[in-house]
Amino acid sequence: MTATNAPSTSQPQPDPRPRQDAAAIPALSIAGISHSYGPRHALIDINFTVAPASFTALLGLNGAGKSTLFSLVTRLFGIQAGRIGIFGHDVGQAPGEALRLLGVVFQPRTLDLDLSVTQNLLYHAALHGIARREARLRSDEVLARIGLADRASSKVRDLSGGQMRRLEIARALLHRPRLLLLDEATVGLDVKARADILSHVRQLVTEQGIGVLWATHLFDEIMPGDDLVVLHQGRVLARGPVEDIIAEAGAHDINSAFMRLTGAAAESGRPAP
Amino acid sequence: MSSTATGQTRRGFSLAEYITCLNGIVWREALRFLHQRERFVSALVRPLVWLFIFAVGFRQVLGISIIPPYETYILYEVYIAPGLMAMIQLFNGMQSSLSMVYDREMGNMRTLLVSPLPRWYLLFCKLLAGTAVSLLQVYAFLVIAWFWDIAPPPTGYLTVLPALILSGLMLGALGMLISSGIKQLENFAGVMNFVIFPMFFASSALYPLWRVLEGSPLLYYVCLFNPFTHAVELIRFALYEKTNWVSLLVVGGCTAVFMIGAIYAYDPQRGLVRRGPAGGET
Repeated sequence: MTATNAPSTSQPQPDPRPRQDAAAIPALSIAGISHSYGPRHALIDINFTVAPASFTALLGLNGAGKSTLFSLVTRLFGIQAGRIGIFGHDVGQAPGEALRLLGVVFQPRTLDLDLSVTQNLLYHAALHGIARREARLRSDEVLARIGLADRASSKVRDLSGGQMRRLEIARALLHRPRLLLLDEATVGLDVKARADILSHVRQLVTEQGIGVLWATHLFDEIMPGDDLVVLHQGRVLARGPVEDIIAEAGAHDINSAFMRLTGAAAESGRPAP
Repeated sequence: MSSTATGQTRRGFSLAEYITCLNGIVWREALRFLHQRERFVSALVRPLVWLFIFAVGFRQVLGISIIPPYETYILYEVYIAPGLMAMIQLFNGMQSSLSMVYDREMGNMRTLLVSPLPRWYLLFCKLLAGTAVSLLQVYAFLVIAWFWDIAPPPTGYLTVLPALILSGLMLGALGMLISSGIKQLENFAGVMNFVIFPMFFASSALYPLWRVLEGSPLLYYVCLFNPFTHAVELIRFALYEKTNWVSLLVVGGCTAVFMIGAIYAYDPQRGLVRRGPAGGET
């Protein structure tokens, strides 16, 4: 992630056309994004970037605006203000090109419970135009990787919560995206399942070079070396490497840094969105 | 499939990718339909109850004169068969839209909508898939009806197919348009009562329009402007190897209008933008 706290005007503007300098292209660039539900402001002037092959945590309490931001990146909602780019492709102007490079795991389960594990994967592959034979090969490959090869024919409703989440991550990777968004992917899982999933996603970053944006409200999912965006009441309060944010807040860990940042935001009299 | 090492993608989609996507959506709808056996049974029982009970009772009360496309006197059961075929499609169209509301609430809809293919195409595929499922139901009904002496000309089974596809698309698009405006699943049942029953009863499905005119000129005009009436007549004529051009134009026009409306309503800049995140999300 770009670790600057510069004002939004200095943020890279996504271009509808892919740029030539691949190394300079962020996996995800959010520039000046604001969003409202009627009179209620859910997001206010959001700016940050996610670098390829990096793990960026989007930390915020419930109601911070994380899911709204994800809905905008995935084009479920129209962009009201600002621009979003995925590897240089503008989500608003070239959604097909942008979404091809994006894998996403939403907060609620989005699997079809009445279909089998493989059928869910094949359906997703078809939605990305992947031919049946190739889809089967990829499906077998990802199921082996996540340890669900023996459950390929099982109905999804017979899987455990952790298995479903792993399947959703596998599905999100089936079309070989280069950016992965996960919205509260470990909510409702036990400690071991949470650790497994987090470790699996971190492996994707180091081994496959995938850029990851991990939305969470759990401090213990953030590790030293991660990039961090602190989102609170629709605003970005801080962004940068975890260590820098802790140091700048004068705190000793991310938990207390978050409390200081959100407390300071409240004391500054910033109007609640 | 498409990304390169530089992160650039090729633009657009190939014909093969469009076809793969269509196949996938139709395949998924068919699988869901097969898994829900009760849905298939209830889709058949409904028209059969009308055919075996209602029609037998009304046969003695309601006389049918010779009207196109029929060339002789017909039994009442024969008259209402096309109406019941359209009724299957009407219920199927509304059921498909109900499942879209359910999918949206449960989150499954997102899988479809985050596909990189154009959203209008995804919705069109969804409509085609729903229509394909309705065709299975209609032909199953026709097989049973044949044993009840409702036997159109053999080629009628083929000539009715395009009419069924068009009427299925129209009713599916109408359901999709309605579903786009419904926020919660609970609201859907109420809306259906204001759509299914008025559409079905204020049409030529159960009684010819000249009979309606005798009873109430106002209702006659309501029936005349009801697109479902024209779906019924399109099917009725096609089943007897004839074309009702007025109905074809009306059903074709309504299909286009409803489809454009549904695509417009599901456009993220317009339809979904007014909705907040799903329950529990922020």
